[in-house]
Amino acid sequence: MKASAGGYARASDLRHALDLLGQAGDAGRVLVGGQSLIAAMNMRLSTGDMLVDISRISGLAGVTQQDGRLRIGALTRHADLGGDPLVGRHAPLLAQAVGHIAHAAIRNRGTIGGALAHADPAAEFPACVLALDATMHLEGPDGARDVAVGDFFIDVFETAIAEGEILTAISLPVAEPAEVQILKEVARRSGDYALAGLCLVRRAAGVRLSALGVGSVPVLAQGAMAALDAGDIDAAVTALRAELDPQSDTQASGGYRKHIAGVLLRRIWDEIGGTA
Amino acid sequence: MTDVFRDKIDIALSVNGEPVEARVPAGRHLIDFLRLDLGLTGAHASCEHGVCGACTVRVDGDAVRGCLMLAAQADGAEVWTIEGLSDSGAIRDLQDAFVARNALQCGFCTPGMLVACADLLTRDAVPARDEIREHLSGNYCRCTGYEAIVDAVESVAKARRGAA
Ligand SMILES: Cc1cc2nc3c(=O)[nH]c(=O)nc-3n(C[C@H](O)[C@H](O)[C@H](O)COP(=O)(O)OP(=O)(O)OC[C@H]3O[C@@H](n4cnc5c(N)ncnc54)[C@H](O)[C@@H]3O)c2cc1C
Ligand code: FES
Ligand code: FES
Repeated sequence: MKASAGGYARASDLRHALDLLGQAGDAGRVLVGGQSLIAAMNMRLSTGDMLVDISRISGLAGVTQQDGRLRIGALTRHADLGGDPLVGRHAPLLAQAVGHIAHAAIRNRGTIGGALAHADPAAEFPACVLALDATMHLEGPDGARDVAVGDFFIDVFETAIAEGEILTAISLPVAEPAEVQILKEVARRSGDYALAGLCLVRRAAGVRLSALGVGSVPVLAQGAMAALDAGDIDAAVTALRAELDPQSDTQASGGYRKHIAGVLLRRIWDEIGGTA
Repeated sequence: MTDVFRDKIDIALSVNGEPVEARVPAGRHLIDFLRLDLGLTGAHASCEHGVCGACTVRVDGDAVRGCLMLAAQADGAEVWTIEGLSDSGAIRDLQDAFVARNALQCGFCTPGMLVACADLLTRDAVPARDEIREHLSGNYCRCTGYEAIVDAVESVAKARRGAA
């Protein structure tokens, strides 16, 4: 099928983009890489949008380190993120995720901001930023505001980004010396969305564990985290399976997704040496 | 609505080394622009949601999905399609290897496949067969199968590094 757009405008800078969104009202729609949005438009899942193309705004792409935090611009493409040395050092979880996201040609245009704003519960980056305890930086007509990742994902394809707002960057603490970050997932074919996946981050303060593909939003598995902090992997697997409630669909049953999550947790635990 | 949002957008870009100017509807994706407006029918429009890879073309040096980029977004870009890559001889060795290894039958997937393969072959090392498969995981071939395609890419990678 063919896309139908209400109109298109290319924003020259952030202010211009916010003005355009303000003018368009509820028909306004941010366009960046288009790797989710144009697919939806082609399938006529989204029609009549007033597209505000922010992909050429300078200063919103790239990775910087300041004041003990890593800041990742929303327009940073998956392909660039995967090869970035600061990401490799402080957020290897995101670099691992890139290898699981779609295919090379899609990673050449898709952006982390787009993936987070799109908020597909089976996508990798939303679960990664949850495990990394990131902060989301938004800019709107009334100025900037920060949203903790725990408050960001609201439902399938729904986030705390309000109408007229743009996600400009995310930030996260730089890695501790002994920090562990690991992502594992099961997908039917390379590049497919995962049937289930887990992201584990271990810092001095404890473990953070998030799950993807097993709910309407990425899930922070707090019961399993407490059990892992106590060094009890069996209790952690039991707790994890109890706190997930995945849907069944044509790809896999909910029960199978839960089973996979438990298996992945044991594999991760083995790989990181099994100590709390 | 105001005049800043347009339903027809003027674009100026380079396609296969030639300057092109056009006025495109806002919803027109790049692959339809290339095929229907410019008559460059080498790359194909198939699934139109990013899954099959038949529409893969090169934009500003990167292999991208022609169906997931608006023509309006290609303003100022340098676009190469299989027609230009063939005429320039840039991937002649890869095309010869596809013929020699029978890496195509109907040829529907081939223009996209070649652009994706060429992208992998710009990297320094000779890719392992697994890496070639992984790189081509987003390009579907419904009739040849992938073994011959992987053979072709591997042989070119080795030949380019004088290790054939
Ligand atoms: C075949 C295929 C397979 C894929 N497989 C995977 C996969 O396995 N895992 C995975 O995680 N993803 C996958 N994706 C999705 C891919 O990661 C997308 O690139 C990403 O979800 C969207 O990024 P984008 O820049 O292209 O955003 P766009 O498509 O341009 O936008 C997506 C949505 O986010 C909004 N938006 C974008 N940026 C902002 C911003 N800065 N502020 C506010 N709103 C914004 C847009 O309005 C739109 O609603 C796949 C895509 C395809 C086509
Ligand atoms: S037509 Fe673009 S990926 Fe299938
Ligand atoms: S040669 Fe027919 S689809 Fe690949």
